Amino acid sequence: MYLITKKEELTENIYWMDVCAPRVAKSAKPGQFLIVKAGEKGERIPLTICDYDKEQGTVSIVFQTLGDSTKKIAALNEGEYLHDFVGPLGNPSELVFEDPEELRKKKILFVAGGVGTAPVYPQIKFLHDLGVDVDVVLGTKSKTTLILEDKMKGACTNLYVCTDDGSYGFKGMVTDRVKALVENEGKTYDLCVAIGPMIMMKFVSKLTKELGIHTIVSLNPIMVDGTGMCGACRVTIDGKVKFACVDGPEFDGHLIDFDEAMRRQAMYKTVEGKKAILQENKEREHK
Amino acid sequence: MRLNKVPVREQDPEVRKRNFSEVSFGYNMEEAMSEAERCLNCKKPKCVPACPVAIDIPGFIRELKDGNVGEAAKVIARSSCLPAVCGRVCPQEEQCEGSCIVGLRGEAVNIGKLERFVADWSRQNNIEFTEKQPANGMKVAVIGSGPAGLSCAGDLAKMGYDVTIFEALHEPGGVLVYGIPEFRLPKEAVVREEINLLKKLGVKLETNVIIGRTVTIEELFRDEDFKAVFVGSGAGLPKFMGIPGENSNGVMSANEYLTRANLMKAFRNDYDTPITMGRKVAVVGAGNVAMDAARTAVRLGAEAYIVYRRSEKEIPARIEEVHHAKEEGVIFNLLVNPVAILADEKGWVKGLRCVRMELGEPDESGRRRPVEMKGSEFDIECDSVIMSLGTSPNPLIASTTEGISTNRHGCILIDEASGESSREGIFAGGDAVTGSATVILAMSAGRKAAAGIDKYIKGKYMR
Ligand SMILES: Cc1cc2nc3c(=O)[nH]c(=O)nc-3n(C[C@H](O)[C@H](O)[C@H](O)COP(=O)(O)OP(=O)(O)OC[C@H]3O[C@@H](n4cnc5c(N)ncnc54)[C@H](O)[C@@H]3O)c2cc1C
Ligand SMILES: Cc1cc2nc3c(=O)[nH]c(=O)nc-3n(C[C@H](O)[C@H](O)[C@H](O)COP(=O)(O)OP(=O)(O)OC[C@H]3O[C@@H](n4cnc5c(N)ncnc54)[C@H](O)[C@@H]3O)c2cc1C
Ligand code: SF4
Ligand code: SF4
Ligand code: FES
Repeated sequence: MYLITKKEELTENIYWMDVCAPRVAKSAKPGQFLIVKAGEKGERIPLTICDYDKEQGTVSIVFQTLGDSTKKIAALNEGEYLHDFVGPLGNPSELVFEDPEELRKKKILFVAGGVGTAPVYPQIKFLHDLGVDVDVVLGTKSKTTLILEDKMKGACTNLYVCTDDGSYGFKGMVTDRVKALVENEGKTYDLCVAIGPMIMMKFVSKLTKELGIHTIVSLNPIMVDGTGMCGACRVTIDGKVKFACVDGPEFDGHLIDFDEAMRRQAMYKTVEGKKAILQENKEREHK
Repeated sequence: MRLNKVPVREQDPEVRKRNFSEVSFGYNMEEAMSEAERCLNCKKPKCVPACPVAIDIPGFIRELKDGNVGEAAKVIARSSCLPAVCGRVCPQEEQCEGSCIVGLRGEAVNIGKLERFVADWSRQNNIEFTEKQPANGMKVAVIGSGPAGLSCAGDLAKMGYDVTIFEALHEPGGVLVYGIPEFRLPKEAVVREEINLLKKLGVKLETNVIIGRTVTIEELFRDEDFKAVFVGSGAGLPKFMGIPGENSNGVMSANEYLTRANLMKAFRNDYDTPITMGRKVAVVGAGNVAMDAARTAVRLGAEAYIVYRRSEKEIPARIEEVHHAKEEGVIFNLLVNPVAILADEKGWVKGLRCVRMELGEPDESGRRRPVEMKGSEFDIECDSVIMSLGTSPNPLIASTTEGISTNRHGCILIDEASGESSREGIFAGGDAVTGSATVILAMSAGRKAAAGIDKYIKGKYMR
């Protein structure tokens, strides 16, 4: 059982939680994720590690409520417990292993979409602490759905916010903003890291390929165990099948079969959840 | 002498197809005593050397004949610490029962079911017979809570060690909980009880700890004062065929399917994990795992097909499982090999393209190699495909621990006598060493390593 030491609603349907998990906090690195299970009968769902405090022994998660499992987690309050909390899973971001001297020579662009802002945060914080120059393009629906703006501002060189409805910052999509930065504002980048919805990562990768910027994305396929045991998370990278939980979650964005990844992510969506199938099965039995 | 064994009561196939309760009811006292009478109490029993842990089979059956079930349990406990499990899942026809002398003229003594009876009875009647030596304060870490890890931990705890099991999943038991289905091995009544026994012995259990990620073996030695480590991490990595269409929606590994069904209890309404409930499910492979997947699919309301490239004779699953699967309506497509998975325009499976095979010359495994018959392509209609092609060890531990050697399949190399790996103080056993094998072998490897660890720690720290 893992104590929730802090809970905050960042914006509607997006929550921040600090969870007491000393072993995880001790080993966590940027780019890695966790598997969380709200209650005994819950589903195992993957969430990115957004921050960690080795002294306090806490790990932070940020999540958006979508279906049953994320809603069940959101229903828990400070002082209550998550049933299971396992990690850190996956490989740390490659940046973690690079020579800080080399990193300081690079210009790095992060592109974050929606709740993907959260996993971007530990990475830019890590780089910022090393004194590396980082620009961030942050896309969200509107001003009211924007999260972590202050934290982000404090940890990067330039923050460019875009909103779909134009209620704040640049009106338009992150790809438009990136294009403008490179083509009109004379920016150059050695590396782009994009994290957000699959569709966003697909189009950012498409654009950066045209612009010739090496791009890393963090994939979020459906997972069960997160340790390489089930293969639910398999994705095709450069024609080869990889397990995102152990081979990733970060991959070269220019080599990913995004269409397949998106189709597989929707696997349990098309059947509208398990309850619907069970209902259907019941009806079949009665016939 | 009666040539036939006392029949084992089972759920009717038509009924059990719709539930996840145990198929076999096992023997009651009267039936067990009657079956025990069939054992000839051989002077040189053929059954004993055929049991991987050499249980004194005539010895426990003798006690049973006299009605001393508790004593029978003690005889078994000298060699096995998971009799309720092995009595259920051992491939007895190849082991103890396969060599029983009675089997030459009639049906072999039903050793497995007798063992199961003794184990279940003594558990239900709270027979305690574990003696524990005084604590010696030495810490040992056991990685993985499958049969190898459980048995190693149990033996060490009895010897007085301070044992902690680290398990990656949220529930201990290894394949016993995530792989083998409820209808063959009840989780609450059997597996959970075995684990509770360990807890009573003082074994500590930390779930949700992935060694190599959450904490490394180096750190266990350096920061937490563990004196030795046993690696019983199993062989959990699934294989896929590498054929076109394999990433279509509705294609999954047997591990995924069984984990969703068993560990996550997706078949129950009160659990959240979803599972695709195909109408027609094709299972590729014919091992125990494939039978378990096919029979799970039947219980979830599907029509299930086994697709296997060799013939009936080569089927690696236990005979009892194949027989049960057939009774439950699983359809066997033998000498058939998939070459592609067909998907509809939305990317969902709609069929399996196969070719027919014939058996040629024997291959390295001694089994006749299946050869493709030219022009024999045909399609099997299905909406889910479950790949059950075997598994290999997870490289995580070997890759995050210096000095552990593995073979080209990723299996950890050990010294056969002690169970020690190429790195001092790290021992290993079970599927992590052998590749996927059996519960009884994993259990005996765990016990052997416990003896090895005892000797190592006594030699190094307790002189
Ligand atoms: C490595 C990784 C890191 C992630 N990090 C975060 C994060 O930091 N914050 C966050 O809010 N979300 C994150 N996700 C996504 C998160 O796991 C899903 O939103 C969550 O599982 C949905 O569960 P649900 O029951 O609430 O919704 P459901 O009703 O199950 O599904 C809602 C939607 O989410 C998709 N989905 C379902 N299960 C998964 C799954 N296991 N993985 C991915 N998508 C799924 C479905 O296809 C559907 O479109 C991450 C996913 C991965 C794989
Ligand atoms: C579906 C199925 C059916 C089977 N049927 C039979 C049968 O009928 N009869 C029979 O004899 N055998 C059967 N087997 C085989 C048998 O179950 C295995 O041989 C046996 O369980 C191996 O035991 P083990 O302890 O070595 O590993 P496992 O049971 O695999 O346990 C390993 C454990 O280690 C954990 N682990 C792995 N890596 C780490 C890590 N890094 N950190 C922490 N924990 C870790 C895993 O989560 C797992 O719980 C079957 C197997 C399957 C999959
Ligand atoms: S452990 Fe297995 S092989 Fe040995 S006697 Fe029991 S059932 Fe037979
Ligand atoms: S071989 Fe058969 S008859 Fe002989 S001791 Fe073993 S079980 Fe009994
Ligand atoms: S989530 Fe199971 S293998 Fe990746």
